[in-house]
Amino acid sequence: MTRAAWIMMLISWAVITFFTAKFFFMVLRTPPRED
Amino acid sequence: MSHGKARENWGTRVGLVLAMAGNAVGLGNFLRFPAQAAQNGGGAFLIPYLVSFVLMGIPLLWVEWAIGRYGGQFGHHSTPGMFDRMGRGRWLKYVGVFGIFTNLTVAAYYCYIESWTLAYVWHSLIGTFARTEPTVFFPAYLGMHERSLFAVPAEAAFWFILTLSLNVFILSRGLAKGIELAAKIGMPLLILFGIVLAIRGLTLSTGDPKVVESPLTGLNFVWNPNLDGLKNPSTWLAAAGQIFFTLSVGMGSIHCYAAYVDSKKDIALNAASAGWMNEFVEVVLGGSILIPIATAYLGLAAVQGATAGGSGFGLGFMTLPTLFNNWGWFAPLAGAMWFGLLFFAGITSSLAMGQPVMAFLQDERGYSRGSSAIVFGITTLLLGGFCVWLYPGGSFDEFDYWTGTFSLVVFALLESIIFAYIFGMKRGWDEITRGADMNVPRVFRYVIQFVTPLFLLAIFIGSVFKPKADWGGAFHSLVTRGWWELAPDSVVGKLLHIGQDGYRWFDDHGYGTRELVVDLTRALLTLLFVGIAWMVWRAWRGRTKEAAA
Repeated sequence: MTRAAWIMMLISWAVITFFTAKFFFMVLRTPPRED
Repeated sequence: MSHGKARENWGTRVGLVLAMAGNAVGLGNFLRFPAQAAQNGGGAFLIPYLVSFVLMGIPLLWVEWAIGRYGGQFGHHSTPGMFDRMGRGRWLKYVGVFGIFTNLTVAAYYCYIESWTLAYVWHSLIGTFARTEPTVFFPAYLGMHERSLFAVPAEAAFWFILTLSLNVFILSRGLAKGIELAAKIGMPLLILFGIVLAIRGLTLSTGDPKVVESPLTGLNFVWNPNLDGLKNPSTWLAAAGQIFFTLSVGMGSIHCYAAYVDSKKDIALNAASAGWMNEFVEVVLGGSILIPIATAYLGLAAVQGATAGGSGFGLGFMTLPTLFNNWGWFAPLAGAMWFGLLFFAGITSSLAMGQPVMAFLQDERGYSRGSSAIVFGITTLLLGGFCVWLYPGGSFDEFDYWTGTFSLVVFALLESIIFAYIFGMKRGWDEITRGADMNVPRVFRYVIQFVTPLFLLAIFIGSVFKPKADWGGAFHSLVTRGWWELAPDSVVGKLLHIGQDGYRWFDDHGYGTRELVVDLTRALLTLLFVGIAWMVWRAWRGRTKEAAA
């Protein structure tokens, strides 16, 4: 793989994995609201 | 109306997010995305792709969740009722017809593809592909014999009915015990299978039997950035289109799921979580399986040829099963995992298509959950049977284009305008942020109001007037000649049968032609849309009479 391909892939994976994990953990950790 | 009935709810918040993510994650995540990326600038494709995700995908998710939760407050869990509540115009409820029509018609052919994946799981496990080439098996399975425009493939019909029955069974169990449970089982398994296959595929080396090239060459094909592509409008349209279809926006299914969320509970974080989860499955897993494995065994040139149309469908169904045979004892399991993964991706999406149709029948026509599930199953069977029967004649492609592609764009464009300019951006923003468990950046208020509709308008115009050449050539032609030549697969091109010589319904031997099948399919779809609109009209007329009495 070229260096540019590695950079594009790793940056994209990092950004997407970061936000996926961040929001999913927020969903898991935020207690349900009381009505 | 459902006001008097016990309101159905999601069992858990995680279940809702997984069901929404499952709705978005579909076969396209694994078969379409890698091919689209490779054909549109490689790694550079991710730049317009992520820009489209942020400026169009996420805003549309928030809009659809907000419309859904808002409609749910009034007992409406399908789009005609939701849109009726968004403004004073009587016509608004008819925009919602798209949210029933699209789900019903897409479910018909989508369940058919889903049934292929289930059949392929079975055939992988019993070793069919070790004895028969998938390139021979697949056309026979679909009944694609010469002069068999009207053939009925028995095995395909069997798996289709089985898949449909499974969908109806799960839907009849309701939200928490049916759809949510399926998502809680299906999504983790899908991700697990994806990780196993990606690791196995990417660790192949040229020293392994029959491996002709490093799988990293395939990964390089997907990711190597061609920055020139960024100057080409086609790349941006392709990226926006991929985001649009991968998130399942413009269908009415997100609205429906969100309608079962309590009006005070969060939608902003749930929507963001489900959307990003879909991106993880698509970009990280979807980009790491099909093309790297195919490249390892076939070489890059063959893979480039196979994905030239921007679809990895052929590779997924006809090539990969053979390549798995090189994996010894793991081959049947690898095949079952690959098609199992596609099956889970498919069924979590088809369930999301069934629920809005059922919700319409329950809310507006007074059906019970069980009977509405059966009506959905029978209607899908009839429509899907049409697809199965006339698949070789092109009915499937017509369904996919008009209902699975064009209707989505029209509906999303209309809903983005109605949300921002009829419902009103102030009410809309309040609806999105009410009960939010995350800070929604205020800039998105303006993105939703101005940028998202423009993005959708560009996609709409791009599909209606798609040029035969690329967009750069089209603009040049517009300046120099005052017009551009339309592509046969543009909306106008399809309606006017551009590029078809000798348009006729029967050939010299009296056999029905492809044109006959295409026109029959279009007539059926038009009748169906009008029929649903009529049902909406009747439901509202009945309600007006009730109110007057």
